[in-house]
Amino acid sequence: MHETEIAVAILVATLRAATPLMLAGFGELITERSGVLNLGVEGMMLMGASVGFIGTIASGNPIVGLLAAMLAGAALALVFGVLTLSLMANQVATGLALTIFGVGFSALIGVNWIGTPLQGISSDIWPSLATSSPIVQQLMLLDPIVWLALLSPFVAQWFIYRSRAGLILRAVGESHDVAHALGYSVLRIRYFAVLFGGAMSGLAGAYLSLAYTPMWSDNMVAGRGWIALALVVFSTWKPLWLALGSLLFGFVTIAQFQAEGLGLALSPHLLAMLPYIATIVVLVLISRDATRLKLNAPAALGRPFHATA
Amino acid sequence: MNTTRRSLLQASLALPAAGLLPRVAGAADPFKVGFIYVAPIGDAGWTFQHDLGRKALEASLGAAVKTTYVENVPEEGADAERVIRKLATEGHKLIFTTSFGFMEPTLKVAKQFPKVKFEHCTGYKRAANVSTYSARFYEGRYLTGLIAGRLTKSNVIGYVAAFPIPEVVQGINAVTIAARSVNPNVTVKVVFVSTWFDPGKERAAADTLISQGADVVMHHTDSSAIVQGAEEKGVWSFGYDSDMLKFGPKTNLTSVTMDWDQYYIAETKAAIAGSWKSGDTWGGLKSGMVKLGPLNAAVPDPVKAEVAAAQAKIEAGTLLPFAGPLKDQTGAVKVAAGSALSDGDILGLNWFVEGVQGKLG
Repeated sequence: MHETEIAVAILVATLRAATPLMLAGFGELITERSGVLNLGVEGMMLMGASVGFIGTIASGNPIVGLLAAMLAGAALALVFGVLTLSLMANQVATGLALTIFGVGFSALIGVNWIGTPLQGISSDIWPSLATSSPIVQQLMLLDPIVWLALLSPFVAQWFIYRSRAGLILRAVGESHDVAHALGYSVLRIRYFAVLFGGAMSGLAGAYLSLAYTPMWSDNMVAGRGWIALALVVFSTWKPLWLALGSLLFGFVTIAQFQAEGLGLALSPHLLAMLPYIATIVVLVLISRDATRLKLNAPAALGRPFHATA
Repeated sequence: MNTTRRSLLQASLALPAAGLLPRVAGAADPFKVGFIYVAPIGDAGWTFQHDLGRKALEASLGAAVKTTYVENVPEEGADAERVIRKLATEGHKLIFTTSFGFMEPTLKVAKQFPKVKFEHCTGYKRAANVSTYSARFYEGRYLTGLIAGRLTKSNVIGYVAAFPIPEVVQGINAVTIAARSVNPNVTVKVVFVSTWFDPGKERAAADTLISQGADVVMHHTDSSAIVQGAEEKGVWSFGYDSDMLKFGPKTNLTSVTMDWDQYYIAETKAAIAGSWKSGDTWGGLKSGMVKLGPLNAAVPDPVKAEVAAAQAKIEAGTLLPFAGPLKDQTGAVKVAAGSALSDGDILGLNWFVEGVQGKLG
């Protein structure tokens, strides 16, 4: 019985820890599939976290907060889009600047909300099931954003490989010149992809400040944006692998805490490294075929598009 | 930060002009005291407590002092040195640098301004015009251990720690010793999160400990996430640095808080009177540097009395938290009955006492 409880606790905690990575990773994956590399995920997540928190408190409605967070993420992404797509600035430098800006600006607007208590997003939207299974009970306690995140890789999979819009997105990411010659508006499609990426980053940030730890504090995203970015590359731009990588990273983090709490005789330093090592090992195994990796990377990734004719 | 940096800038522009005017120094000139903070002040935490001390200094000495602070000064790079030098150049006679990482920049600037007094918090290097000061946080931790030992029903206390360094180990050991002194069946489970600040990770670690049976959680990290998490799960919690009762009105039992007010007032008075001397201060409950925040109404009266008695004994020096007999995790006797760890041993503490479940390095 005790083992079941611990297993369920690990499962629930893993899903919660993986949610922000899956959401932000999903957005960045779509952005990169269009051929744009936006390194500003961390900054956009922080904007989402602070604006989402403020929006929820100001309106008293977490839905409003979530929408405000997505708008804030998209607004920051729009700045990135104007600079890199219309003005053709360097994407790497602009993305880094976007993160630095997001860190500072989110702290500035959130300064009066530090330490404000907030009732987080609750899970009592589900009908209470008459069940004695602790697993089902615990899973029903998960908030709706977790379920949304779990759904996201399948939506992405369908969108990228099964929809016409996804095909166009990939075409733009593989060869913007060809897509342009075929009559597609490369810039418009990339703007959409960049804005979508920003909105998802904003949502991921708001999950942290509204559901995971309902609070606002400077820099509370604490590097998850960078991990989401790395997971996108390691997943070789495939949504299902991205979901797997996120879950694995979340799982090993939680398993580390469980192992220490249970008193396993392992060095805490070694345990702290485990999430990173495990994720890298598994994803390197996934992507060990260099040719396939090359084939999978959007060929036009990071290259500015200049319409010649 | 904006106003402060801007006022620094304006002052520096005004400086050359002021040099041209005949300087009229009178008794009315306030004594200028500067503070350097590593983080934004916010409304709880390490830097917040230092700023409370600065405000207390202003309130106590009134027009006799003028304080300036610069917040969010990074420890890395040349910023710290630049900001400290700036304050010294502008006539601040006493400068408090309130984070460990400011140690080298403080010493460097102190060398160039021998008439300015410097005070560095938590460091160990001193000079003729550089003092160091810190607090015996573990004395406050000991008191929370007493409460935790009395209130736990599962006999499991969860402890979320940042890094396995002596300052953190002191707190874990003090809590364990105190809790087992009133309840020998207590185990303290330690999880290291390898970061000072990551609310998500801190919370996940606390949730894990709670799922493993902990019904009291405490932390040595910088956010209030654990206190909030405990409130949601309905288990007891303790706060750290600042009073965190508002984050867990029902379940936060109390917090170990820092109080620099009296120290800042005393040092400034000494500097004004000319009796300031370089030295090292390591104050605990007795000096008021470490305090327990208000106790939650949920703490039963006999436990309150017990805590008050222990506090009185620690202040009187008749109760030493690290007095023998102390055994390590393997059961080997590290400190014999009748002796106690010296200050040097405490500052370098690198082993867990019996009753801690966790591993160092």
